[in-house]
Amino acid sequence: MVRFENVGLRYGMGPEVLRDITFGIEPNSFQFLTGPSGAGKTSLLRLLFLSLRPTRGLITLFDRDLSSLDADEVAVLRRRIGIVFQDFRLLDHLTTYENVALPLRVHGRDEVDYRAEVVELLHWVGLGERLHVLPPVLSGGEKQRTAIARALIGRPELLLADEPTGNVDPALARRLLRLFVELHKSGTSVMIATHDIALMDQYDARRLVLSDGRLHAED
Amino acid sequence: MGPFLPRDTVTGRALIMVVAIMTFLAALTVGAIDLVHEAASHWRSDMVREVTIQVRPVEGRDLEAEIGKAVEAAKRTRGIADVRALTRAETGRLLEPWLGAGLDLDTLPLPRLVVVRLAEGAESDLPGLRRALAESVAGASLDDHRGWAARLAAISDAIVFAGTAVLALVLAATVLSVSFATRGAVATNRAIVEVLHFVGARNSFIAGAFQRHFLAVGLKGGAIGGAAAALLFALTSIVSGFLALVPGGGEAQFLFGQFVLDRQGYAGIAGTVVLVAVVTTLTSRLTVRWTLRAID
Repeated sequence: MVRFENVGLRYGMGPEVLRDITFGIEPNSFQFLTGPSGAGKTSLLRLLFLSLRPTRGLITLFDRDLSSLDADEVAVLRRRIGIVFQDFRLLDHLTTYENVALPLRVHGRDEVDYRAEVVELLHWVGLGERLHVLPPVLSGGEKQRTAIARALIGRPELLLADEPTGNVDPALARRLLRLFVELHKSGTSVMIATHDIALMDQYDARRLVLSDGRLHAED
Repeated sequence: MGPFLPRDTVTGRALIMVVAIMTFLAALTVGAIDLVHEAASHWRSDMVREVTIQVRPVEGRDLEAEIGKAVEAAKRTRGIADVRALTRAETGRLLEPWLGAGLDLDTLPLPRLVVVRLAEGAESDLPGLRRALAESVAGASLDDHRGWAARLAAISDAIVFAGTAVLALVLAATVLSVSFATRGAVATNRAIVEVLHFVGARNSFIAGAFQRHFLAVGLKGGAIGGAAAALLFALTSIVSGFLALVPGGGEAQFLFGQFVLDRQGYAGIAGTVVLVAVVTTLTSRLTVRWTLRAID
């Protein structure tokens, strides 16, 4: 599904933040991406969701070589990936319902088609009573779940989450992890970037450890 | 469903006012061009409907007989509706403003005029008349006002050209203002643009979202500016109607016509509004696409 071969990344003329990264993400797999702060987790995620291009090496995503894609092809490929940002990135002028429905609107679907689907998903993440609330009014945990619902609504083949439990209490963190595990069981590949060891200890999965810009897999 | 872009960060009232002012200036220019064009063509058509034969007194010839010959020559010419020689008394009245009343005109060797009205719709044989006058009437010359008409045409063409240049400048200023505003709007909404990208929006989709907002700005600003200009012209025509009744108003009306914008003029203003809206929309679309390409 995803293949990195000797990938290196540097910002401008600075030092390489990622060096010789070689790994793969298989279909229907679950992995944690971990490492100390500043190790390059977010940079690696940004490479995975196509917001950065590597300075060297080869990235293949869904059997497509990323270096050969134009902007429109990148947009179409992104529809197969769900992303949960550490800072949520919700649109403050749209309600919870509208934020979650955003990917489907962008993909050109009619609201009549997806309304029930969005409402059901929001109930599933426990936001059934908060459909028409604007993000500034939501709590941290509610924002997090809205962001997760937005990432899931398009039924992505790959879900990437950057510190999804960073802003929530341990009980909610466990609930969110269960949500990711259920998603994995329904056939989606999941990669969670986290430095929360307690969270990783709750679920037995492959750990990709980044340190000093290099990646080691701990199966 | 709410719009992708929060309205208050994109369509600032200031930009609507800028577009309104630009449209107002552009519509005034279009209206002014139309008025000048109308007035000039009015003068021209009046002038070319009439020509004048001037008969100067020549030593040893009877002036009245020569005038009679000129009238006959004109009547024989094709495409002439009416020929009338001004009497001695009428000639005197024409000169009254300069020479004063009570002058004995018989003592002065004054030329006399024959007014020839051309038939409407028919082609008049003025070169034939000119030839006939040269051959048979002593001291006669034909003035078809061509020199005046050519000068008027040059003046009105120059005004139309200057107006078009002003219009181009106003449109260029609109393009630049909208371009700056769009870049500002994309920068302000950068986070939203990024989220739209991450959920799989194509650049054309994002550009469309901005374009819809700027079309609304263009239409709103354009409508305000165009309506203000149309109102100004309507008021001016009412005021000029009153002015015609005061001393000096008649002369102004002769120069500038009725100062009433015709249907074509108002259509021009409406066209300007549409043009400004289209220019605003296209400028924002292109600017967003360039900016998005830079982000990519």
